[in-house]
Amino acid sequence: MSDLILNGIKVEDTFAEAFDVAGTAIIVTNDTPKWAMIAATVMTGFATSVIGCGAEAGIDAELSPDETPDGRPGVRILLFGFEPNGLKDQLLKRVGQCILTCPGTACFAGVDGPHKIKLGGAIRYFGDGFAVAKRLPDATGKMRRYWRIPVMDGEFLCEDSTRAVDGAVGGGNLLFLGRVHSETLKVAEIAVEAAKAIPGAILPFPGGIVRSGSKVGGRTKGMMASTNDAYCPTLKGRAGSALPPECGVVLEIVIDALTSKAVAESMRAALHAATEIGAQHGLVAVTAGNYGGNLGRHHYHLRDLLEKPAA
Amino acid sequence: MSTLRLRGEPQERVDLLSITPLALKALTEAEAGKLAIGTSRRGLTLGDVFEISLDGSDSLVIEGGSSRLDRVGAALSEGSIRVEGDVGQRLGEGMAGGTLTVTGSAGPYAATGATGGTITIEGDAGDYAGGAVYAAKAGLNGATLVIKGRAGDHLGDRMRKGLILAESAGAFAASRMIAGTIVVSGALGDHPGYGMRRGTLIAGSHGALLPTFVETGTPDLVFTRLLAQTLKRLGASQVSLFGGTLRRYSGDLATLGKGELFVSA
Repeated sequence: MSDLILNGIKVEDTFAEAFDVAGTAIIVTNDTPKWAMIAATVMTGFATSVIGCGAEAGIDAELSPDETPDGRPGVRILLFGFEPNGLKDQLLKRVGQCILTCPGTACFAGVDGPHKIKLGGAIRYFGDGFAVAKRLPDATGKMRRYWRIPVMDGEFLCEDSTRAVDGAVGGGNLLFLGRVHSETLKVAEIAVEAAKAIPGAILPFPGGIVRSGSKVGGRTKGMMASTNDAYCPTLKGRAGSALPPECGVVLEIVIDALTSKAVAESMRAALHAATEIGAQHGLVAVTAGNYGGNLGRHHYHLRDLLEKPAA
Repeated sequence: MSTLRLRGEPQERVDLLSITPLALKALTEAEAGKLAIGTSRRGLTLGDVFEISLDGSDSLVIEGGSSRLDRVGAALSEGSIRVEGDVGQRLGEGMAGGTLTVTGSAGPYAATGATGGTITIEGDAGDYAGGAVYAAKAGLNGATLVIKGRAGDHLGDRMRKGLILAESAGAFAASRMIAGTIVVSGALGDHPGYGMRRGTLIAGSHGALLPTFVETGTPDLVFTRLLAQTLKRLGASQVSLFGGTLRRYSGDLATLGKGELFVSA
């Protein structure tokens, strides 16, 4: 396979393979940005991989008081699942355990879409019959329904429902092949910051980065996924290794987004940010993970991402 | 803009239920003039009471008001009606959408059963504004009612959903209220929230309070912030209430008790 060059760094002429997923968003507000962020961080914890965690979630953006329904600081959270029912289950569990419980927090729908997912409409039962619903018009004049659930610090206000979108995509990815762990981590961190800046895209793994990239199946019976041995530096030299001799570490970023375009733009931003500083940090090459193109409907060819992102 | 100019004080109460921009759109002025609006055996028609000028537009202006003009805008679902003067009872009864404006005052039962749209009364409103007529299940039922003057007694009686704004109101505001929100910038009369099941009543002050309302302190609730944002967008003067502390009372505990009264502390 021929290689491409971007900012002096080798870019493998391959593609990232991604999947259709169910996606939704909520806005969490609080009296201070600190407590809005605490609630969002807790809710998006243990949400790195839909296989093991039931959902993939992340913080899309911090919102100023002007951008939230109640005029308080807020955070927009994106949540992705295999299908709408599983997503609904995860959303309710996470809002119920992490947002409802957090002092001062309120919760609102964060996206418009064709599928309704109950939010306050289900959590209201925690109010044991004392919860009340209120309908108020939003900034566009559209009536919205909120539940006010009595809690020990006053009330938990939660919008009746949010929406799930069509066209959400999970699994956009880039692999950074580096020489030294600490230096490659810096490259990946810069790539994560660039990727996160695209609205509607999140990177669900720790700090946006995953070191345990996987392949489908494994040698042990029943394993759905196992280590991506072709990119493990300690397995270099064996048949099937994809790493050049000078490569000592591989770090991956994984991107989920509400639209396919956001995945592509997020990957593009990450690719350019990483290669721009790659040479000084010993970056050897950038590639992407796929399963031969037969599992996921969305293919993001790195060749198509070489054009600079719009400023 | 179509116009109906009142020829003089009507000889009897007239029922303008079927007079909307949509209904008049398909009619010639001669056809519209034959529409029956009388409420007696006299057989008054629209042409008997008004000079008619139609242009097929979505807005209708009624020039000249009278307290004998009943059910103005009652069938309104889109477009606008503006009355330059007073109107009688049941203004916008069951209205589903559009905007209805009265520059004068309105009689009793304004906006009763209205499910959508905005009704603005620039003068005063009679008793039972946003309230239920006899045997009706609900008063205001989703629309927005803005009263720039004083509302009479029983404002929002059996109101089910929607928003009422007023400068002041008489006794028994929010009586038997099922749900919804009423914000009054000035004073309420005695016994606000009598028999209230759910819903929110916010006011600058109130008269005698029922013993079945209990104080729950001065909580800083997200809901009041949301409501303040809504009022700000509507340009409502009542938003000034939210600048200070609001004392909350819960009631009416003689019924379901999920209603609330907020008063400036």
